[in-house]
Parts: sequence; C-alpha cells; structure tokens
Amino acid sequence: MPLVSGGFLFLAAFLASAVEMVEALTIVLAVGITRGWRSTLIGVGAAGVALAAVVAALGPALTLLPIDVLRLLVGALLLTFGLQWLRKAILRAGGYRPYRDEAAAFIRETDRAHAAGRPGRSGLDWYSFTIAFKGVLLEGLEVAFIVITFGSTQGRLGLAAAAAGSALLLVAAFGAFVRGPLARVPENAIKLAVGVMLTGFGIFWGAEGTGVTWPGDELALLAILAFVLASAVALGAMLRFTALRVVESGT
Amino acid sequence: MRAFARFWYDFVVGDDWRVAVGLAVALALSALLVELRIPAWWFLPLAVVLLLAVSVRRGARGER
Repeated sequence: MPLVSGGFLFLAAFLASAVEMVEALTIVLAVGITRGWRSTLIGVGAAGVALAAVVAALGPALTLLPIDVLRLLVGALLLTFGLQWLRKAILRAGGYRPYRDEAAAFIRETDRAHAAGRPGRSGLDWYSFTIAFKGVLLEGLEVAFIVITFGSTQGRLGLAAAAAGSALLLVAAFGAFVRGPLARVPENAIKLAVGVMLTGFGIFWGAEGTGVTWPGDELALLAILAFVLASAVALGAMLRFTALRVVESGT
Repeated sequence: MRAFARFWYDFVVGDDWRVAVGLAVALALSALLVELRIPAWWFLPLAVVLLLAVSVRRGARGER
C-alpha cells in the first residue's frame, strides 16, 4: 500500500504543479516575448528560489509536530484546497463558469506588457521581473503547500518536490518548444483529478487526526478516492442537466 | 497589511467561507463521535461531499 499512496502522492503533486505552471507559463511567455527574456527569467528564478525556500523551511518544521496533530492540520488544509479545486472544476464542467482560456490570457498579458512602456536599455526591467516573479510565486505557492503537506505527512518530501519539479520542467520544455501558451491542456479535467486526490487524502488524514481508525487501514483510501470521484462526477452531471432544463424552459 | 491578510484569506478559505466553517464543524463532530466510542469512519466522507454539494449549488445559483 505505501507504493499506492506514494503513486498518488507523486501524481497529485505532479498534476497540481503542471496545471499551475501552465498558467504561470502564459504570463512568463507574454512578458518574455514582448519585453525580453533577461529580466523575465531572473524573476522566474527568484520566484523558484523563494518557493524552494518555503518548502525547505516549512517541510521539516511540520514533521516536528505530533503525528495526530500533523494529520489533522494537513487533512484540514488539503480539504480546504481540494474542495476549492473541485467546486471550480464542477461549476466549469456544468457550464456555470467559463473555462480558463490560456490564449485569451496570453493576449491580455501581452497587451499589458506593451502598454507598460519600453524597457530601459541597461539594468533590470522591473516590470518584466515583477510580473514574472509574481506570476510564478502566486501560481506556485499552492503547489508548494501541497508538496509540504503531502510530503511531510507521508515522510516523502523529496518525492513530492521531485514530482512538482518534474512537472515544472516538462511545462517549461513544452513552452520553449511551442513558444506560445499551452491552450490545449485539459486544465479542467486535471483540476478535477487534483481536487479529487486532495479531498480524498484530506478526508483520510483529517479523520485519522480526529482519532478515526479506517476499516482496511490504507486500503480505505482507494474507496474514499472512488467515492469522492463518483460524487464529483454526479454533481457535474446534475448541474449540466439543471442548466439544460433552465435553457429549455427559457428561465 | 490588509492586502496581505486578504491574500491568505483567499488562499486558504477561497470563494465560500461556509465550506471552511463546515469543515471545522465536521472535524469537531468526527472527534466527538470517536470520543463517544461510536464508529466514525463513515462520517467525514459524507459530510465533505454534502458540503461540496451545497457549495456547488450555491455557486451555480450565484453564477446564473
């Protein structure tokens, strides 16, 4: 079973990182292509260092907590994150929220970068640096927390960080190859999958933190994940049905 | 300072504060069931899915 939970740990950190980095890539590409790469990449590097510092500082510190307190804390945090991801993904799948459009976001960011005035010939272009730094840091912060919580609870901080790092490298490589936003990535399906995993692990650890003993021990995790996935899919289907009825009745 | 607090509120609590409150209540009730020696493994999965359903329904009404 540790192999299975390790697999889910890797998958959750990888997918969460991939989907957030696709959004960060759109910002970085728009600024880099419009205003130049030097200051943009310095901003990306600075944000990467800041995120690594957060993981390196908080990860080991969390493992000092008593195991039940750690599980309760991590479970609660994963549940708040997971339900946010699921809520957004279900509302989008049900047609109640627009899907994120990376191509439109790229045009928007490019227009802003043009409007910010010409960068100086020497020194740091603060606009490029700040936008790239902020974009990567804000998109990466949630990933950093997922890495910390997953990694510290299972004692596999290195594996979680490696999963997130490999997704970052993969997205960066695709971005460098395409030189445009990755508009065809099925972001909502990935968000739904990450939401299911965060919520499933949150339920498992949160309940253990309150003193619950799961029937079947860690095997219960598979049943929980299946239950959360089935519930999320059913909720999405019910929303689509309701939306259809609203359209048909014209109200 | 207000922007900093706002950022962390949005980061942790998100669009629906009722979900965060509901989760806290659900975790407390789970601990209470354990304390009363009532098998409690079924409770949190049901409570979480119920919270999600209520939040999605509220979100759909708000977006319509």
